[in-house]
Amino acid sequence: MKVENKVEKNWAGQRIVSPDYLLFEAPREKHFMTGSEAVKEAVKRASVDASVSYPITPQSEAAHLIGELWAEGYVGVYFRGENEFGVMSEVAGAAMAGGRVITTTSGPGTLRAFENFPMWSGTRIPVQLVLMARGVNSPLSIQPDNLEVDFLLDTGCMIWYAENVQELFDMIIAGFAVAEQPDVHVPIITAVDGFFVSHTREAIYLPPDDIALPPYNPYKSPMPVIDAEIPPGRFLRDPFVMKSNYISYATHASWQWEVRAAIERSRPYAKHYLRGLTEEFGNKDSDIVFVACGTAASQAKEAVRMLEETEGIQAKVVKLKTIRPFPYEELIEATKNAKYIFIPEFNVVGWLEREVRKALYKKSNAEIIGTPRVAGGMTMPKEIIVKEVLEYIK
Amino acid sequence: MSFKIYKVNEEFRDIVPQEVIDLEERATWGNPKRGVMDLPVSKELLEEHSLCAGCPESAAIRYILASLPNPEDTIIVNSTGCTSLVFPHISLHTVHSLFGNQNSVASGIKRVLEWRFPDKVKDVVVLAGDGATVDIGLDYTLQSFFRQEKITTICFDNEVYANTGGQESGLTPKGHVFKMAPKGKQFEKVPMWQLAIDSGCHYVARLTVSSPKKVERVIKEAIYVAREVGPTYIHLYTPCILEIGLNSDDGLDEMRARDKERFAFFEYKTPEAEEVIAKYKAEGLL
Repeated sequence: MKVENKVEKNWAGQRIVSPDYLLFEAPREKHFMTGSEAVKEAVKRASVDASVSYPITPQSEAAHLIGELWAEGYVGVYFRGENEFGVMSEVAGAAMAGGRVITTTSGPGTLRAFENFPMWSGTRIPVQLVLMARGVNSPLSIQPDNLEVDFLLDTGCMIWYAENVQELFDMIIAGFAVAEQPDVHVPIITAVDGFFVSHTREAIYLPPDDIALPPYNPYKSPMPVIDAEIPPGRFLRDPFVMKSNYISYATHASWQWEVRAAIERSRPYAKHYLRGLTEEFGNKDSDIVFVACGTAASQAKEAVRMLEETEGIQAKVVKLKTIRPFPYEELIEATKNAKYIFIPEFNVVGWLEREVRKALYKKSNAEIIGTPRVAGGMTMPKEIIVKEVLEYIK
Repeated sequence: MSFKIYKVNEEFRDIVPQEVIDLEERATWGNPKRGVMDLPVSKELLEEHSLCAGCPESAAIRYILASLPNPEDTIIVNSTGCTSLVFPHISLHTVHSLFGNQNSVASGIKRVLEWRFPDKVKDVVVLAGDGATVDIGLDYTLQSFFRQEKITTICFDNEVYANTGGQESGLTPKGHVFKMAPKGKQFEKVPMWQLAIDSGCHYVARLTVSSPKKVERVIKEAIYVAREVGPTYIHLYTPCILEIGLNSDDGLDEMRARDKERFAFFEYKTPEAEEVIAKYKAEGLL
């Protein structure tokens, strides 16, 4: 019997391949581009149905470039919304109607949109938000600062943090693959530091652009898609929030726990597609450990090199790629020999320090030091990291 | 036709509630000529309701659901307020997400349904109160009109925040005393029907729900125009008898009284809308 190998294509004429092939097996070519351009390249290969945009520095360029993909026929629906609250509701509607959806925002835009994020997770829509973190007003700032990520930690969305342009590209593709798993199916926020990643041109390895992810199948959703093609969900007729009785409260509570449990269930998928929830750099056995995410991890790596070269001191970096789910086990394992744990951060409150302290409480005897910490657009040169370390360990 | 989704699985027929079997057997699917005259003889798409006895909004919702020309492919988007107490009882696909974002959610749904089902008619209808439409959600309501979204927006104007206990809204007439306006409202009722015209709606109507047949005609015209041209807006007076101190059998008299003054029937159609309406009239659907 003759077996026909029919090549499946998406609406843009791209050959449909598995996420594994796209991320791990397809040949890659070296390019040189900014984080915003990497967003375009990822969306181009992700069979995205819809995107809604709104201007705010530093994410505007990424949003323009998704618009270009729409004009070129790669993205199905695209328009500029009225403000971020409207945009996040528009993408919610787009996802409820069965689309694979991506949008982008930054700083004050995130805060304006805020009411939507717990609504997204409660509605179990796998929307992807590329967050290019920037300072939150007031006073007015457009500079890099990731305070807004702290506010997002408990919205019921997954939060991943990319260090550089390459990781941003890979995480956007992996983000859809993980968020759309039927037993996960919650929103995914892929965060990067604004400007440091969005505007910095770096080397990046990309698979060819004539292949793409399989289109989203909304009928695998754990919630009924709002398209009048399948029976409406019974829950729509008995919404627990509308009744004042113990069962309704218990149902609402279990719904919220279930959203958090769904994030927990993303671990094996995220481990696979991200090749681990954490990544180490430097001497594995070192007792000086930096725990960081995003470009703070890049700076910590430079500090590790400098400590070795100038002081002969060995140190290592544990980079967290996922914040929700939080990589507890990986962190405990990676810090079991630690005497000093430094947490360099680009925000004034030290939310990552709080997360690390919580994770390591009664699990580590190391001294946890929430420095250096910069904010409001300040940079974090390796020299100040090294200086902090030397002051502590002398 | 998506009404097949209301077919009951034969193996479960003996345990499915009667109201669901009725939906399959006695509701009016696949018939664009359905209307309010079917109400006494067919299964309604609203299973009871949870509003106050005699609430005119419940009558409005029953007339609207009976008048939808394409219920099997109609998505209802709600907002917070008294309407959010009703959406769970509607047997169609309904969405409630936040307070005030209903036209944004509806825009996203409509655009993706057009993208996913280019050869099918899927109507998207927004049902929300005056607070949701004109106060907290005004931006999103008007912006969806500016963008020419092909959705029908229906505002239930009871001139007050009823569900939260009777606070002044932008649609309260000047001088009325409500909570948060203890000295009487200080500014005029927002002329939302006029804003809808200025913002690009192709069909606008203002009326009370005292006449079911009139409601049916207005709903059908608005939905057909939204389907083919662009945004349409219907402003319905559905008084909160509780908050204005009336008895449960006073609603109809209250609406008839307002028919003669601030809710006198008003209608606006663009030439494109007139064309669509004439076409459906010729087909016998209006």
